[in-house]
Amino acid sequence: MTEFLQHVVNGLSLGTIYALIALGYTMVYGVLKLINFAHGDVYMVGAFAGYYIATALDVERSPSLPKAVAVFVGAMAVCGALGWAIERFAYRPLRNRPRLTSLITAIGVSFLLEFGFQLPSLRAQGEAFRGVLEGWGLRLPAPVAGVLAVLPDNFPPGPTPRFFPEPFERVDWTVLGGVHVSNYDVVSLAVAVVFMVALQLIVYRTKFGTAMRAVSYDSRVAGLMGIPVSRIISGTFVLGSVLAAVAALLVAGSRPRIDPIMGLMPGLKAFVAAVFGGIGSVPGAMVGGLVLGFSEEMVAGYTVSSFRDGIAFAMLILVLLLRPEGLFGRVSAEKV
Amino acid sequence: MGRLRLLLRPVVPFAVAAPMLWGLQVLAPQDVAIILVAIGVNVILAVSLNVVNGFTGQFSIGHAAFMAVGAYTAALITTGFREVQIAHLPVGISDAVIFALALVAAMAVASVAGLLVGIPSLRLRGDYLAIVTLGFGEIIRVVIENTRALGQATGISGLPAATNVLWTGMGVVATVVMARRLLVSTQGRALLAIREDEVAAEAMGIDTVGWKVRAFVISAAFAGLAGGLLVHRIMLVTPRMFTFVKSMEVVVMVVLGGMGSITGSIIAATVLTVALEWLRGLDQYRMVIYSILLIALMLTRPTGLFGTKEIWDTLPRWLGGRRAAGGAR
Repeated sequence: MTEFLQHVVNGLSLGTIYALIALGYTMVYGVLKLINFAHGDVYMVGAFAGYYIATALDVERSPSLPKAVAVFVGAMAVCGALGWAIERFAYRPLRNRPRLTSLITAIGVSFLLEFGFQLPSLRAQGEAFRGVLEGWGLRLPAPVAGVLAVLPDNFPPGPTPRFFPEPFERVDWTVLGGVHVSNYDVVSLAVAVVFMVALQLIVYRTKFGTAMRAVSYDSRVAGLMGIPVSRIISGTFVLGSVLAAVAALLVAGSRPRIDPIMGLMPGLKAFVAAVFGGIGSVPGAMVGGLVLGFSEEMVAGYTVSSFRDGIAFAMLILVLLLRPEGLFGRVSAEKV
Repeated sequence: MGRLRLLLRPVVPFAVAAPMLWGLQVLAPQDVAIILVAIGVNVILAVSLNVVNGFTGQFSIGHAAFMAVGAYTAALITTGFREVQIAHLPVGISDAVIFALALVAAMAVASVAGLLVGIPSLRLRGDYLAIVTLGFGEIIRVVIENTRALGQATGISGLPAATNVLWTGMGVVATVVMARRLLVSTQGRALLAIREDEVAAEAMGIDTVGWKVRAFVISAAFAGLAGGLLVHRIMLVTPRMFTFVKSMEVVVMVVLGGMGSITGSIIAATVLTVALEWLRGLDQYRMVIYSILLIALMLTRPTGLFGTKEIWDTLPRWLGGRRAAGGAR
């Protein structure tokens, strides 16, 4: 029983993370009918943005609550900006082209982020380049030099994993006779729930949310009704990317190892969660994330732990075979 | 005349290519032969992926996984039958027969894998295929890394060095003949119809799911062939050879050459392979360059170099250019 409860606790914390990422997939799919392949990598960027901000604030040696909040807000802002930029420069020019074109671009953006972050430090390379230029009696153009000066020392981080500094001390509690719960689990669950409730309010109680649902229902007609479709799509990307940043920081709190391809697997799994819940459906993504988190934790706990990564895949295939529209999805006939 | 010509059509390319390839094999120095084999393997991969991504208009990004399935199948067979010599045959021929059987088995097993992946994901629209194939690629790698019989992360070493220019060249000819014959056949027309408009194709009575799955299976089979050929050149097979970096490389070849153009794929595969040999020092930038190339292509020229045309459709007439009346457009 204790063991089971422990798995429930772990499954819950894993599931909320998947749910947060899955929300980004599902919202973007809702408005654009595009699987945003780069979403898992936005999550990765969120973790690294947090890491750089935390390093700059010296969280490791003197952690404090305001700093933790600053890290959170900073990473969310960076991811929001990234999500906006990806939509603006990679997807928007292709909006009226065949879907395959956007899909390929999305894959390109995803790999660009993954492998761009594995490059050696830009600053070091910039310095080397400056040396070469000065050897020829030239100077680095001012904007380039300016960008180099602002960049963190070790950006991009390169392929080696980094370790996220602990924002506050870890406290382990043993409850119900043997179930381990840390303050990280509690904070992470609380933060995730707060953000999901906030999202629910945004989607169902605000003007923006209404517009978003209208665009998702039929973007052409929504445009005719005077809804600024492009702005709503941008807003959706920002919202999804902010949630991905939240998920990344919550994960980085309890599992501090971060690397440039950390977004690949969670991204895939969250996508499965979104499909399971019915892609395009906000409550579906939450339920799908939780179900996936629980089933992964249970399978890893009671059978072979290396099956863990296979669960999501098996689940995807089952959903696609049995109920392709997902749990909460609506069946839509393809119209000409 | 008609029937004989129909029968000969698929045979002639092999008959013409065999002596030429054999000559190349004898004459080419070792380092040239290595590049030729690398080019050949990539051409097989690109042309076979083109059947799915180009002809059928779906989007698979897990070609390396089927390559891995084929490579491991072939490797298990050739290492398993290493000491075996088929009765009444000289050693060389016996080895060649076993290698040929290994390649056929590689194609068969890879196509079964393609069937298993294709059936659930191709019932829906193309974007699911992309993510399922990406996931499948990762899963296959995890499975291999955890299977003792497949040598886990270290893989299987000491494979016979069976692949040479002749084998690879015949593989290329087989792939290109397959693709070309498919494209101009009734079945190929069905694939093109699906690419152009799935709803319309279905309304015309085309079994869209069935044809998509068939195209996917064919493509997987030839990826398996490429895998079998590749590992018997480097005499080693490890799971790290088949990551999504490899899949991505093939995707870039197909997209660059033009989705739907066989000659485009061949040219892109050749150019990229040779370029990679030259730019070995830039290895860490390779994937970044690929991804920028993909995005830039989609934003500026989403059809790739040749679009769905073949090279002779774009040449001027006096250079042998022709405007094929029934060509695939």
